[in-house]
Amino acid sequence: MSETTTTPAPSGPGESQPNVFRRFLAGSAGRNLGLVIALVLIVIVGAITGGERFLDLGNFVTIVRYGSILGVVAIGMTFVITAGGIDLSVGSLMGLTSVVASLSWVQTAATETTWVLMVVVAIAVGGLAGFINGIVIAYGKVVPFIATLAMLVAARGLAEIFANKSTQVVNVTGFLQFFRGDLLGIPWLIWIFVLAAVVGWFLLARTTYGRRTIAIGGNYEASRLAGLKVKRHTVSLYVLSGLAAGIAGVMILARTNAGTSTHGQLYELDAIAAVVVGGTLLVGGRGTIVGTVLGVLIFSALTNIFTMNNLNISTQQVIKGVIIVVAVLLQQRFAARSSRT
Amino acid sequence: MIKGDYSTSLLSMRGITKSFAGVKALKGVDLDVRAGEVHCVLGQNGAGKSTLIKVLSGAYQPDGGEIAWNGETVTIPDPVAALELGVATMYQELDVVDGLTITENIYLGHELSTAGVLHRVAANRRTRELLTRLGHGDLNPNREVGTLSAAGKQIVSMARALSHDAKLIIMDEPSAVLDSEEVNNLFRVIHELTEQGIAIVYISHRLEEIRQIGDRITVLKDGASMASGLAVADTPTPELIRLMTGRTIEHVFPSRRPVPADAPVLLEVEGLALRGVFSEVDFTVRAGEVVGLAGLVGSGRSEILETIYGARKATAGTVSVAGSKLRAGSVRHAVNAGIGLSPEERKSQGLLLEEPVYKNVTLATFARYARISVLDERRERSVAREQIDALELRPADPDRTTRNLSGGNQQKILLARWVVEGSRVLLLDEPTRGVDVGARSEIYALIRRLADAGNAIVVVSSEIEEVLGLADRLLVIAEGRVLTTTDSDSIDEHGVLDLVMKGTAA
Repeated sequence: MSETTTTPAPSGPGESQPNVFRRFLAGSAGRNLGLVIALVLIVIVGAITGGERFLDLGNFVTIVRYGSILGVVAIGMTFVITAGGIDLSVGSLMGLTSVVASLSWVQTAATETTWVLMVVVAIAVGGLAGFINGIVIAYGKVVPFIATLAMLVAARGLAEIFANKSTQVVNVTGFLQFFRGDLLGIPWLIWIFVLAAVVGWFLLARTTYGRRTIAIGGNYEASRLAGLKVKRHTVSLYVLSGLAAGIAGVMILARTNAGTSTHGQLYELDAIAAVVVGGTLLVGGRGTIVGTVLGVLIFSALTNIFTMNNLNISTQQVIKGVIIVVAVLLQQRFAARSSRT
Repeated sequence: MIKGDYSTSLLSMRGITKSFAGVKALKGVDLDVRAGEVHCVLGQNGAGKSTLIKVLSGAYQPDGGEIAWNGETVTIPDPVAALELGVATMYQELDVVDGLTITENIYLGHELSTAGVLHRVAANRRTRELLTRLGHGDLNPNREVGTLSAAGKQIVSMARALSHDAKLIIMDEPSAVLDSEEVNNLFRVIHELTEQGIAIVYISHRLEEIRQIGDRITVLKDGASMASGLAVADTPTPELIRLMTGRTIEHVFPSRRPVPADAPVLLEVEGLALRGVFSEVDFTVRAGEVVGLAGLVGSGRSEILETIYGARKATAGTVSVAGSKLRAGSVRHAVNAGIGLSPEERKSQGLLLEEPVYKNVTLATFARYARISVLDERRERSVAREQIDALELRPADPDRTTRNLSGGNQQKILLARWVVEGSRVLLLDEPTRGVDVGARSEIYALIRRLADAGNAIVVVSSEIEEVLGLADRLLVIAEGRVLTTTDSDSIDEHGVLDLVMKGTAA
């Protein structure tokens, strides 16, 4: 506008130190800082109350393994919530997929050598249910809360019908050996969680798929008018969440070596809690996989400490409820501060 | 700061300062308002008008300065305190509840009740009195507010202010959502209020309006008051523009170049209709041509644009771009064929407000820069930076959060989006709504430049002067019908208004 201004352009490689630091804080690292601090505090509490037993390396593996199933579900959920939706059906889908997988064994469709089929069937059923959710939401224009609530009820019922309300024991040695085994001393369940987290992070933060997800959550109408395929994308998000629930169904089947219609109860709420505590906005438009992973670890470390100190389940639930509220309150403060700069 | 004589002032704000995270939004603003006057606050976007209003309405606390009310120094810690003092605010996004009746809205938060039981009859009677005071005694107090027009909602908002016994009403760009007939009505109501001794602080950037209604003016620029309490009658318009922008503006509309007769037709609309809204819309736009759609709010102009774009599914007729027909009701298809829409509601329909500028510029094209679906944000930033330079977007920072940009710069983002997409047909719905005077002529020049570069442009605006100034040809629309198509040189503002009025009456 005027030729007299001589201020140099503020960008470029020669950025000053404080600027870099401020960018770091304002970026995702800053947003996750609160979570990291919370996790550290929890570990300190664990060390004080549990001592050596808590600080044992094996115990840390236990904590992560405990969180791995919830983690996979929560990563799928992060995508749905980032796009401004919600998926209440994931817990039921875990039950359904575990039953379907175990049936495919019981009905001898899958044999000792072809147990992979069991896994594929479970994940496919999860994806199919997610597809139905997505179609009803995107094309039927039913709000996600209601559409997936209906799936929550229906999938649980279907699982009961399939399982005839009984527990199907799965004793496929190949399957169990694989999922209960480890690689480099780390259980496969954890590797699956890590893989899901890395793929999820990359997908959300670095790809066109992630950009569309964030855009749709940030402003659905603007995305539609910019020519994005908003409906198709919405469907794909629920398929993704369904697939994640299917994987979680297989994981829970492997851990308990049984398929039952009661698997995964209330997982939808734990997953939503972990996602929101992690800093993903419930209204959409902003999502973080790193935050979700930290949210999952916080819950799983807490459960570990509670169990170690012999707190009964009811007390645990009360404390968890309080922690969800406190965590979200803190998260909002951090978010407000970093967005104002 | 010299302390003035407060005795004649209802409200006196002196040296008000306010910073956000180190950025000074207000650097010492003075504002004196007398009882019974219409005091206009004029300034470009970002000049500090909204911050000033929020300080006055108790939403923000000033960092420094003094506020005196009837000569006594006061603090306004929250909006309730402002109401108790007698300061009511009518925000641009009207804060009425659509699902409640007029009465329920007016008494929201201070319901007439005994032990929690509402006095419906008394409340309705008083509501009718308030509405009568505003010259709208014909409105039924039991009517649901959602069924009212924007103008009706403003009346409700004003009645609510009166129900709080307001001495001063702040109106934030009240005319932005009104057509010319409704604006005249608003002015009549304002006149009645000032007769009753109520002061109005009127925020606007439409100079013509201020001339019509204002008594005195305070001009803000970059968070400081450039002039306080100027008498409207004694201040020529160029002087006001100079105070607002710091420079003189001579030509608002860029000069037009004749469209060559052999320029190819880029957009052809034939017999387009949307049941119940408009019908039989035919026109063509050639490369390098700007066609304007003029008409009142509700005449169907925006719907015509949205139907061409495929955001609404046409019930009859066809749209062709460079000779090939578009599929009805497919935005995707329209975008691929080379159409871009800058929607009426920029914020709710056009932008990801919490995202940085560059992501909004590349919203239609980010997939193109990606390699095997992996985003190339560096490329996106450089594409955005090119557009920032070309369109003189300010601040020139692709990483700035879009919400913090002024209306004019947000509009430029939308233009940039379609320029990078390679659109050759641009549909611009109210391209200067919420854009201040200085930035307007920039947008006009930009639109003309895009046309001169060989694009076909359709402009919709409720400001007839704007359509006349920008467009080569004009379609006058009333009640979903095209009344006439004409060269914009062969008609003037009165001519258009005449047609519109007759067309609506017929």
